[in-house]
Amino acid sequence: MKILVCITNVPDTTAKISFTDNDTKLNKNGVQYIIGPYDDYALARGVEIKEQTGGTLTVLHVGEADADPQIRKALAIGADDAIRVNADPQDSYFTAAQIAHIARQNSYDLILMGRESIDFNSGVVHGLVGEMLGVPSYSPVMKLELNGTTATIAREIDGGKETLTVTLPLVLGCQEPIAEWKIPNMRGIMTARTKPLQVVEPVGLDEMTAPEKFTLPAPKGACKMIPAEDAASLIRLLQTEAKVL
Amino acid sequence: MSVLIFVELDNGNIKKTSLEAIAYGASVASQTGSTATVLAIGQADNSELEKAGHYGASKVLHASDEHLAHENALAYSDVLFQAATKEGSKIIILSKSGLGDAVAARAAARLKAGVVSGVTELPQIDGAFKVTRSIYTGKAFATTEIKSDVKVLVIRKNAIEVDEAAISGSAAIVETFASSRRDSDYQAQVTNVEKASSELSLTEADIIVSGGRGMKGADHWQPLLDLASALGAATGCSKPVSDLDWRPHHEHIGQTGIKVAPNLYIACGISGAIQHLAGVNGSKCIVVINKDPEAPFFKAADYGIVGDVFEILPKLTEAAKALR
Ligand SMILES: Cc1cc2nc3c(=O)[nH]c(=O)nc-3n(C[C@H](O)[C@H](O)[C@H](O)COP(=O)(O)OP(=O)(O)OC[C@H]3O[C@@H](n4cnc5c(N)ncnc54)[C@H](O)[C@@H]3O)c2cc1C
Repeated sequence: MKILVCITNVPDTTAKISFTDNDTKLNKNGVQYIIGPYDDYALARGVEIKEQTGGTLTVLHVGEADADPQIRKALAIGADDAIRVNADPQDSYFTAAQIAHIARQNSYDLILMGRESIDFNSGVVHGLVGEMLGVPSYSPVMKLELNGTTATIAREIDGGKETLTVTLPLVLGCQEPIAEWKIPNMRGIMTARTKPLQVVEPVGLDEMTAPEKFTLPAPKGACKMIPAEDAASLIRLLQTEAKVL
Repeated sequence: MSVLIFVELDNGNIKKTSLEAIAYGASVASQTGSTATVLAIGQADNSELEKAGHYGASKVLHASDEHLAHENALAYSDVLFQAATKEGSKIIILSKSGLGDAVAARAAARLKAGVVSGVTELPQIDGAFKVTRSIYTGKAFATTEIKSDVKVLVIRKNAIEVDEAAISGSAAIVETFASSRRDSDYQAQVTNVEKASSELSLTEADIIVSGGRGMKGADHWQPLLDLASALGAATGCSKPVSDLDWRPHHEHIGQTGIKVAPNLYIACGISGAIQHLAGVNGSKCIVVINKDPEAPFFKAADYGIVGDVFEILPKLTEAAKALR
């Protein structure tokens, strides 16, 4: 079993977002970076499957060197080796094309990633990679069991859940409760230092989309407080003032 | 060259978010001097599909082959690819959902198209083609230029204001769309589907009543359900609530759950942690009911009531019933 887990390097969920350079760049000052929370679920399940099947797990990141601590963390959690495609990804198609390029060279049985990154929230990279490789893709996957080369998947659909069986290879976008997040232990952290991290240059591509400018939402007006004993008047305000009823 | 809009059907009806996508596509078509064509996959009556015309579409391609009856993102993306190729469409619009993102992604890969998901407004077209999208889970927006020849836009709810009262256009022409079938899209065996059929879906809902740990337990949800039913609202919850199995996982809203953008979000006994706010900050109007006046959610709210949810909810339900 050859497993590839793709991770993003993103601001922590509690990070305060602001921009610099005339609103063209994220202000990284004081922002802590983490492995994307959904990718972290994918990684955890990938490690479990690797351990059950005696396979190998490669972690892949498309991004710059400042992600290396997060890549080392993934190695400490249980990945065997890592590849970093040295680029500043600003576009889903670009990122997917890099992943697909690596995947074509190594023919993985299972490609796992989070359902979406928490910076651009697109949720399209797994679908793009799947189609580029001619392999089925599913998301958001909440349960993944393997029996030989047959996978049983439970995934969320609009207002419910679908269970299906399908043969590998597959590309999956993951979310909880597919596995519990794993915390690296001391031994993991030690061995991670010497595990291979290969840095490769991206394949060239026409630019598809490019972010130009970032903006913050307009500040929220003051909250109108309604006394508890007068709660019913809220309904009237929602109808006549906010006009949402 | 028409703008192509992929719509989702629910029991033979065009979903509300898809009607928005049609209006959005029609507006882009008029900006670019072309027409809007709808692609509908699955079973639906012509009388329903003709409605696309009221929202500005001139034509509906209806792919109703038996093998397309069950929702299948892989097969649907192939049909979208075929329709886009036949129509010569350079701009493709979908509404954001699990299905929309999957279909958009797979079709974009084949069309070699730039794809932007989470678009919040109509595009600016002046030589360059620019869209605004929501990023950092609602904490910011990015203006993004789409440079590729074919462009795929996945739009968020409320990306365009649809005035139902002013809907006028004539009926759209409905054509059967015959597509070829890729066997590789039918490898999977769907063994089980659990769907709460009567339930209003959270991404479609105009009003959501949502509960947090302050609701105390699964057995205490009735007052919240009563308000939701009086308002015709969908119900949601915070992460701990679904973690504790008080409510099903698909109701979980926030950073790691569903992102919603209703007109009205009523939060009952939810503290307003940043990860929860991330899922609701697209809402037009937020009401917070919490016994703690210091709860962070009040800072993100339009209306607030400090008090016990179990006292407040029945009062609101009564007042809401009186509205009807
Ligand atoms: C990586 C990560 C991702 C996360 N993702 C999500 C997510 O997607 N969604 C999410 O919701 N959370 C998420 N969380 C968890 C989040 O940080 C909060 O812990 C969670 O939102 C708190 O839920 P709550 O408001 O229901 O509970 P609490 O924080 O316990 O708040 C309960 C509130 O109820 C009030 N209350 C109690 N009794 C009453 C009463 N009788 N009447 C009125 N008010 C009452 C209290 O004053 C309190 O404000 C995430 C956390 C992390 C670390």
